[in-house]
Formats: sequence, C-alpha cells, structure tokens
Amino acid sequence: MKHHIPLNALPRSGFTTRARRTTLALTGVPVLIALALSAAGPGQAAQADKRVDYQAELPKAPPAGGSGYFTPPPHGAYPDGPFGAAVKRGEALFTDTQHAAAAFVGNGLNCSNCHIDAGRHPNSAPLWAAWVSYPAYRKKNDHVNSMEERLRGCFTYSMNAQASPTGHAPEPGDPLLTDLQAYMYWLAKGAPTGEKMPGRGYPKLAAPPQPYSPERGAKVYAANCAICHGDDGQGTKLADGSYAFPPLWGQDSFNWGAGMHRVNTAAGFIKANMPLGKPDSLSLQDAWDVAAFINHQERPGDPRNQGDLAATDAKFHKHQCYYGEASDHGQILGADSAH
Amino acid sequence: MDKTTRTLLALLLGGIALAPAWAAAPDGKQIATQGLGGAPCLACHGDRGQGSDAAGFPRLAGMDAGYLASQLHAFKDGTRQNPVMAPQVQGLDDAAIAAVAAYYAGLPVPEPTPGPGNSDLLEQGRILATRGRWADDIPACEQCHGPGGRGIPPHFPALAAQHAGYLESQIRAWQQGQRHNDPNGLMAAVAERLGEDDIKAVAAWFASQAATPAPAKP
Repeated sequence: MKHHIPLNALPRSGFTTRARRTTLALTGVPVLIALALSAAGPGQAAQADKRVDYQAELPKAPPAGGSGYFTPPPHGAYPDGPFGAAVKRGEALFTDTQHAAAAFVGNGLNCSNCHIDAGRHPNSAPLWAAWVSYPAYRKKNDHVNSMEERLRGCFTYSMNAQASPTGHAPEPGDPLLTDLQAYMYWLAKGAPTGEKMPGRGYPKLAAPPQPYSPERGAKVYAANCAICHGDDGQGTKLADGSYAFPPLWGQDSFNWGAGMHRVNTAAGFIKANMPLGKPDSLSLQDAWDVAAFINHQERPGDPRNQGDLAATDAKFHKHQCYYGEASDHGQILGADSAH
Repeated sequence: MDKTTRTLLALLLGGIALAPAWAAAPDGKQIATQGLGGAPCLACHGDRGQGSDAAGFPRLAGMDAGYLASQLHAFKDGTRQNPVMAPQVQGLDDAAIAAVAAYYAGLPVPEPTPGPGNSDLLEQGRILATRGRWADDIPACEQCHGPGGRGIPPHFPALAAQHAGYLESQIRAWQQGQRHNDPNGLMAAVAERLGEDDIKAVAAWFASQAATPAPAKP
C-alpha cells in the first residue's frame, strides 16, 4: 500500500451485504462528491480494514447553530457586469445542465436534481459549503484537488461524460467550469473558508434498525417514489423528450463512480429531501431500504474500470454499494456497461 | 333451415347482440352537453370547457384526460369532496368518465387570463412557481406541475391558463382537508405551508401563463 491513509472510520457494522466493507460517515454526492475531504482529517485508524477508500466520505456536519444554516445571497440578486453574467451562466449550467452543458453530459440529469434549490439547500450538498472546502485532498484520486478538478469529476461520474457527445468531462480551463465556479463563489459570499459548515453534504444517518434490504426497498419505492420516477426508475419524460423527473438507474442515470451509487449517500439524500416537499417523512429504515433498492440496479459503468471489474471493485468500491454483486437478474452489477 | 336462412338469422341475432353495446358506448360530447344522470357539464364549465373565473368553475378544455378521469372518480369516491360535483358524477360509470374526460381533453385551450396590474403579486407568484421557497420546504410548483405549469400527465395537472379563483380554492381545499386525492399527499404537504399571500400570488401567476409553450426563439 503506497499511501497509508488513516480512515475516519466507524466500527465495522456488518449490516451491509458486503461484510468486508466498513461503515463510513456520509458524503459523496452525485455531482459534488465528498467535498472537503481535507476535513476528514486524521481520524482513528481503521483496524479492521486498512485499504484506502477511494471514495471516502465527509465527516458528519455539525448541527446548525443558533442562527440556523448559512444563507446565500437572494435569488436573482446577481452582481453587475461581466462577473454577474458569469454567475448567471453558471446557474444556468447548474439547473439546466442537459442543455447548457450538453456536450459533456451523457445521461438525463441536471446538477440541481441532487443539489436542491439550485445548490442552495442545506443537507442537499449545498454549493456554498463546498466552495469553502477546496482545494482539498481527496482519497478518490489521492491528491489535492482544485475546485475545477472536483467539478470535472462531477461530469465524469454523476453526469456520465463518457457517453456525452465529446466523450469526456470539460477540459481544464473550459469557460464552463469558470462559470460554475463563479456561481459557487457568489453563493458562498460571507461563508467561512475552511470551516465545516452545518448542512454541508448530505446528512449522515444512523445505521438502520435492520440491515438494509433491496427487497423491502422495492415496496418503499413503489409507494413513495414511482409516481414521479416511474415504476421502472426511468424517470418521467415530457412530450419534448426532456426529463420532468430524473431517472434513478439505467443508462440515463449517474454511473457507478458517482457518490450517489453508495447506499449510505443515497439514504442520507433521500431521508433529508425526498419526496420533494416531504422532507424527513420516510422512516430511517425505509430510507436505507429504498436507497439499497435503487442502487441494486444496473447503471452506466465506472469509468475507472480498465477491463477488470473485480480489480475496479477491489480498488474503488470499498464502501456500501452493490458494484460487482449479482443483480436480481443474476447479472454482475457494473458488468453490462463496463468498457 | 337452409344455409341462407341460417346466415340471415345469424346476422340478425348477431346484430341484436351487438346493438346494445353500440347504444351503450358513451358519447363524451353528449354527456358534456346533456349530462348523464346529472346536470350537463357545460352548464357550469361553459360551452367550450372554458370554465368561469367569477363562479370558480375550472377550465376543462385541454386538460389531460387521465387527470380529468381521476378527478371524476375522486368525486365519486369522496376523496375529493365537492357538494356541486358529487351529485353530477354518480350516474357516470368508468366508460362514461373516460369518454367525457377524453372529450374535454380534446378541446382547444382558451387564452390565459391577463395577469392583474399588481406586478409585485405576479413576481411573488413567479418566484414561488419557478423556484419555490425552500427555507420553508416549498418546492417550485414547476418541479411537479412541469415547465410553465403545463402539467405532467397524468398525476400532475396543468395549472397554466387555469382560473385564479379556482386555483386558490383548491389550495384552500387541501389546507382544510376537503381534498385528499393527491398522490402520496404531496400537494397537501405543500399547501399547508402556503400563506394567503402565497396562494393569491401563485394562482395569479399561473392563470396568466399560456397552456402551450412559447415558440422556441430562433
């Protein structure tokens, strides 16, 4: 092991279907995953499993203080001049990624699908908390990442750029990345650089009372999610072919490298934010179960897979996920779409 | 009985057997104009399904057929309580509901009502409709009702070009528990967080929106 990174890990829980996995704190987001890994800091070394988690999570966010969560500038109160224009473009890229960044998007998602309220909402991986957390060391790629590189990662994984018209994420220096950063910088006006802000990332959930179960999750899904995301998880399209509600698995969803493929990450997002307008309405058990159901489905391949799924699994998927396991149909998850 | 007679008899009997089915095939337009065990729909909803803002009757023209049918069923089963509609729908069976819903879905949508002069109210409505107010966990209306409030069939009805008075009355109906036919209680959860100002603003804004998207800019 070249880099012996101490893991900020909790004790092995054994409630995943992969007992070798360690339960880690939450992070990872479809678009802005594992922000502020610098904050993961040296924790207790994981005694049970010393392998690096390439997608380690944020530590638990502190609770909101007396004044509640950070408040970004009001909607529409853009700065004047060329910078304000960049902020507006960045917001458009973020909320209408399908069209504004079409060259680099290989699925049916927009950034704002998982970063609610255009990246403003606490506990929905808000951009203001992300902005003050970079540059940061990330285990996912084992070096200090600029925000620009972090955003490229969003395209690579959450937006599945490998299936986009260009076949890759925007190149470093692409004005699109500058506009996105202008939007983030503006949202974070007054936010404390380097602080772990309350509401950042997705909330870390307690372990479920029973081990999470895709089988039970299927029932939770049918009762609470299918009306918008479809019986088959493929979202709902408008007459013009665009998605009104995003697909949760399949070829138009995030790929196996995105943070949201982790059961714990999805469970935290779901508990805090789904169904829309009914936050925190699912039980802890239901949130874990439905996250397991959604992530126990096929989706676009992990771009890091160089043709050896088992090696990719061993190196990059040491966390609560179903990569490399058998689907309900007996296929190996991650294999159908491997390069 | 020779072959010709048998054939004639078969045709005759077949015709008799089929005739009631033809007669029973419900005619949506007929139900709309003459009623079926209740008042004709057009008495309140207008001859073009345009409804009436002053009287609080919604437009039906151009609404999604699946949505209209689900509402008629809800009036029948009481999950949508309405003293005017309840007696009108009792005579409608599934086929009649489907027929009259399809009839109204096929009518052209009237022009939207121009917005009120109060531009602040409209702007407040636009913000709620397009962005929501997440500090109070209110999603943007458009997130479920579609861009411009043009609806996402069949569960999320169009709000665009609907009468403001009707929209207001329905949000209040959710607040007061007279409607609980919304999927997963999604609308009830949002309605209870809306204040009177919000209701007026968002209703005015949707009433002023066109039911079909503006042509794409070149």
